[in-house]
Amino acid sequence: MNIHQPRKDIAETTLAIVEELKGLEGPLLPILHELQEEFGYVPQECLPVIARELNLSRAEVYGVMSFYHDFREHPAGRHVLKLCRAEACQSMGGDQLAERAKRLLGIDFHETTPDGAVTLEPIYCLGLCSCAPSAMLDGEVHARVDTADLEALVQEARR
Amino acid sequence: MTTKIYIPRDAAAIALGAEKVVKAMAEAVAARGLDVVIVRNGSRGMHWLEPLLEVETPQGRVAYGPVKARDIASLLDAGLLEGGDHALCLGKTEDIPFLKQQTRLTFARCGIIDPLSLDDYQAHGGLAGLRNAIAMAPEAIVAQVTESGLRGRGGAGFPTGIKWKTVLEAAGARKYIVCNADEGDSGTFADRMIMEGDPFVLIEGMAIAGIATGATKGFIYTRSEYPHAIAAMAEAIEIARKAGVLGTSVLGSGRAFDMEVREGAGAYVCGEETALLNSLEGKRGIVRAKPPLPAHKGLFDCPTVINNVISLASVPIIMDKGAAYYRDFGMGRSRGTIPIQIAGNVKHAGLFETAFGLALGEIIDHIGGGTASGRPVKAVQVGGPLGAYFPRALFDTPFDYEAFAARDGLIGHAGIVVFDDTADMLHQARFAMEFCAVESCGKCTPCRIGSTRGVEVADKIAAGIEPEKNRELLADLCNTMKFGSLCALGGFTPYPVLSAMTHFPDDFQPAPRVEAAE
Repeated sequence: MNIHQPRKDIAETTLAIVEELKGLEGPLLPILHELQEEFGYVPQECLPVIARELNLSRAEVYGVMSFYHDFREHPAGRHVLKLCRAEACQSMGGDQLAERAKRLLGIDFHETTPDGAVTLEPIYCLGLCSCAPSAMLDGEVHARVDTADLEALVQEARR
Repeated sequence: MTTKIYIPRDAAAIALGAEKVVKAMAEAVAARGLDVVIVRNGSRGMHWLEPLLEVETPQGRVAYGPVKARDIASLLDAGLLEGGDHALCLGKTEDIPFLKQQTRLTFARCGIIDPLSLDDYQAHGGLAGLRNAIAMAPEAIVAQVTESGLRGRGGAGFPTGIKWKTVLEAAGARKYIVCNADEGDSGTFADRMIMEGDPFVLIEGMAIAGIATGATKGFIYTRSEYPHAIAAMAEAIEIARKAGVLGTSVLGSGRAFDMEVREGAGAYVCGEETALLNSLEGKRGIVRAKPPLPAHKGLFDCPTVINNVISLASVPIIMDKGAAYYRDFGMGRSRGTIPIQIAGNVKHAGLFETAFGLALGEIIDHIGGGTASGRPVKAVQVGGPLGAYFPRALFDTPFDYEAFAARDGLIGHAGIVVFDDTADMLHQARFAMEFCAVESCGKCTPCRIGSTRGVEVADKIAAGIEPEKNRELLADLCNTMKFGSLCALGGFTPYPVLSAMTHFPDDFQPAPRVEAAE
């Protein structure tokens, strides 16, 4: 989501989310997930609020956030296409499929198309190893993805 | 009479179009005015046939697959509701050889019942184990699990009963049961299938573990890559809580146990138990040095049982049918059954639960039916990204913890990925190092630095730069990682690398190319 949010809103929303979840045992990951769900990424402005409310240092919060592949520091494209790069998918031509996706989109992994439509990401295993190669477009899973399927997915994402 | 049609809700079926099939079916039966109810079951584990549609007939369930949305009209025309013949008809589900040859203990209900119906679960033997357990003393439950010979199905193979005993005997006002559902290994999907196809069996197993050890709170730590499993587990926990299976008095026993699902955030290393505990606590998923063992100081420094999904999901049948029933399956010190996950370039990919002891070649060639591409099998990787690559020459290895260890391999979480003869094993060895570099938590040097150097050395071999020297260097580096790393990520990455080098030396001898060494 690319919608610009004023800073105050972010801080307020963060506070509401932290308030709701801080009663959990080990609340930091659930909070970060919820923030990413809300904003599409974890804005820098969230971190001091979380730190204050959980009695952590900002460095600790940033350290946790940056450790995990899932949490984004910047907004992604409107659609996120994840391609499985693990061994089972490799055995069924996953590497070639990834190269094709890069060419079709004109970007490398971890990049977003200039029009902001698609972010391409590697993923290490969707657990669909028995119907490889697999992909995930905006949370929807796809298996036995061939070239035609990939082209359809890219076309769908480009819209 | 209402006819039941089963269309799986398993992520593999969904990824292959199950939702479209359900929609087409719902529309078609409405248009034709047929009396049909669609049940969203788990997967039977025959993934090459997904989406696998089943219809309940007086003779038993009849299977059709793989079904596409466009097949629905012709299936109904062919008398689907009576199990009518059709090009996609596979006959009675139970008679399909892949299923018929299995021994389903842990997966007994998976694919058969509606995963979110507690009534269905109980009608198929569910909760019998927990009912037995609440009538027993904690020591007796632990003894029964120990006697069953159940070993950790996550890969380490540590006896589950011994782990439970340690936690039972540990002093602590608060204890935890943590289910490791961070199934990150490529080629594995058994945990996902259980969580999506029979979530109550995991809840039951965890409740038994709680009652046996005095733990009152459980966590299932699973992967963000598994949205369907997370949703199914969360819903099942809610249902179980409402029915009094979880809560302040488990099944009216007066003993408390409750649980929740937690989502990881894309870090493979969190499958390592101590990194997982840190992650659950809201920290970076950094590995902890052992000792102290999690059984003594685990989650929030409390005594903690941390078991894999399949270990916990195997407990209910042990408590229901007895230790001897379970122990009678298997070979050597590997007792009971193991859900083997056959994946990659293989014709009949899916989940095959069987007693330990089947030969690897039998699994690949006969059950798996060889490669999907029709080319010869070159290598199989058993046990995920940290498992060894085995050539055909080792296909006589029986599926057993010790037999694999004796051949410098491991069964891990029992995933097998098949590669045909187009695979380049040097490339696979490089990938193992690359993966370790991406996923290393960074705490110990052999893993953090070693993996990056490993990629560079593999690249030099591929480029023909001093290949002999670099092969030696790679082996030496593997040795350092194997013995110097804190956890299995750095410690086991050498398995795929060294096995590739040992068994496929030709792939490590590329024609020398003229290239400037920087």
